[in-house]
Amino acid sequence: MTNRFIRSAAVALVALAVGAAYSAPKLRVVATTADLASIAREIGGDAVDVVALAKPTEDPHFVDAKPSHIVTLNRADVLLDGGAELELGWLPPLLESSRNARIAAGAAGRLSASHLVKMLEVPSTFDRSMGDVHSQGNPHFLIDPLNAKLVAAAMAERFAAIDAPSSALYKTNLATFNATLDARLAVWQRQMEPHRGAKIVTYHKDFVYLANRFNLEVVETLEPKPGIAPSAAHLAKVIEAMKATSTRVILVQPYQNRRTAETVARQAGAVVLDISQQPGGHQNARTYFDMMDYMISTLAAALGSQK
Amino acid sequence: MMKAFIAPATLVAALALPGIVLDAQESAPARPAGAYMNVGFVALTNAGWSTAPNLAAILQGDHDPKVRGFTIPNTELTLDGAVDPYFKGFGNIVFKLDENGETGVELEEAFVITTAMPANLQVKLGQFFTEFGRQNPLHPHSWAFVDQPVILSRLFGPEGLRSQGVRLSWLVPTPWYSEAMVTVANSTNGTTFSFRSEESSEIHGGVPVERAVLEAGDMLVVPRVATSFDLTSGQTLLLGASGAFGPNNSGPAARTMIYGIDGFWKWKSATAQQGFPFMSLQAEALLRRYEAAARTDVGDSTVTLPAGTFGDRGGYAQLLWGIRPRIVAGVRADVANGDVTAFASDFRGDRLRVSPNLTWYPTEFSKLRFQYNYDNRKTIRRDHSFWVQFEFLLGAHAAHKF
Repeated sequence: MTNRFIRSAAVALVALAVGAAYSAPKLRVVATTADLASIAREIGGDAVDVVALAKPTEDPHFVDAKPSHIVTLNRADVLLDGGAELELGWLPPLLESSRNARIAAGAAGRLSASHLVKMLEVPSTFDRSMGDVHSQGNPHFLIDPLNAKLVAAAMAERFAAIDAPSSALYKTNLATFNATLDARLAVWQRQMEPHRGAKIVTYHKDFVYLANRFNLEVVETLEPKPGIAPSAAHLAKVIEAMKATSTRVILVQPYQNRRTAETVARQAGAVVLDISQQPGGHQNARTYFDMMDYMISTLAAALGSQK
Repeated sequence: MMKAFIAPATLVAALALPGIVLDAQESAPARPAGAYMNVGFVALTNAGWSTAPNLAAILQGDHDPKVRGFTIPNTELTLDGAVDPYFKGFGNIVFKLDENGETGVELEEAFVITTAMPANLQVKLGQFFTEFGRQNPLHPHSWAFVDQPVILSRLFGPEGLRSQGVRLSWLVPTPWYSEAMVTVANSTNGTTFSFRSEESSEIHGGVPVERAVLEAGDMLVVPRVATSFDLTSGQTLLLGASGAFGPNNSGPAARTMIYGIDGFWKWKSATAQQGFPFMSLQAEALLRRYEAAARTDVGDSTVTLPAGTFGDRGGYAQLLWGIRPRIVAGVRADVANGDVTAFASDFRGDRLRVSPNLTWYPTEFSKLRFQYNYDNRKTIRRDHSFWVQFEFLLGAHAAHKF
């Protein structure tokens, strides 16, 4: 009796140990930004562990190359980056120190989202007198939901290639993601339809893809050139342009100078909208879908109240 | 056929979703990205004035502003890129003007690092700044002040500690960042100042002896460990300890031991705009034991200086405050002193220097810096210096390490 008990307990223990050893470890996914991380969570579900390097509230062009990121990247199976020089100021030294060939450029574990979408504002000519112009085009492309769809599809394919046992899950999750996105996009389109052609001002050139998708017109940016601090002369020009075109909305992200935007808004009779492009940038918008919901609802409400 | 099939579907989608623009306007596929080699050029131009009669006595760094008036103590041509799937290569060629306006050229760094070694290992080989502490491996363009810390000038000389050799590094598999590394390099020439350097008379006052490399102990060995923690989501702490061990040429069997500890703390706002506001504190403390052998006085060949061990110690702490985008205020305090020995040297005397500065970065590619130095060489004199530095950068901008 006791013997049998011990024997069965031993068998159970061995089975547990073997099971633990064989149960597939989660795919370790690192995303440079929170938007890519959120989409990766939708696609990867329980089969992946996702970490974002940049905080949702910080400027993705200027992230500190902290040593803890080296450790995170060292252990990554997959690295999702925006590309198009967005992370040029901080990702290369991290990759160099992380010594992880799985996520090197061109490796199976590396997915650069900008390679998947049609880039806007690809300059035909550029130099640094034009400010921080990205030679590969404008890197703020995930606020076009159709771009998010392209990126999600590539993630599902890439996750499956690296982690074949979970490929069915990735496929199902992608289908769910696409269905959700299509349904939400229809709602967002309806919300924005009355505001076709509406005029907006942004701090940086970072809402170009949203304007393109939802037929808005970006009249001016508070920065005279990308990455260049607003000057008084330029702001005077912006205020004049806003008055002339009856532009009543200025969009700023959490890391941009809200006070400058407020000053301009006061003089131009406009409102400042705090709109983050990153899930987690607002407390109640933690996923990509919630972030887009918040963006569209806030924008539609602000444009609607001015009619 | 395929095209004909897609077109009606597109039409249907467009009708179903009024307002949707399916073909993005003004769009273009991303042009091919990447390059076989990144090329950059960075120039430091300085202007200033000092009350010190002999500027070389207070500004010992080769890239410090050592001229009343104008000077260009450092321009660098920087080259880097992937060599092949296994190596990444770097080259750093310095063009500079000396105190007399003469142009100097030096191969500052030329090395490769491995990119695909197993077991978290990485090898660096060639000529490179030795990874001792935080400040020594930095190029002048990355310095937070116009000049190098006093204690580094004393222990590592005008050029910093760099040599030809190999460095093995291991990223330790701990949940937090920790790295252990060791460099083995040649212990000779002007860039190994405390070791077999032609300029070692400045330290010991004797005629340097010729020493051949006969055994492993004749090489320069530089171990280092570093570890880092994120204290909060906005605060990071990095701690390190380094050593440098090798022969010196005061005699045929004399040796030098240098020990250093370093710390770096940084806070950055969670809603930082272009990396601002931030606050950072960096500090290093170094200690050198220089075994001077009995040697012939460099000024009088009839005099033999007695053997003895020289102790030197010092450190610096620098606080930077990124007040708002592109404006940084800083202050640095330097202290250094050396044991009184048979060879009396102003160079190793008690010294305190305090340097407040203010830097404006119009963009990441240019900067304008103002710095005042209060310099108290306690047994000699007090001096005041004021420097203005302008820097510009062309081409590839090497990303800054933490």
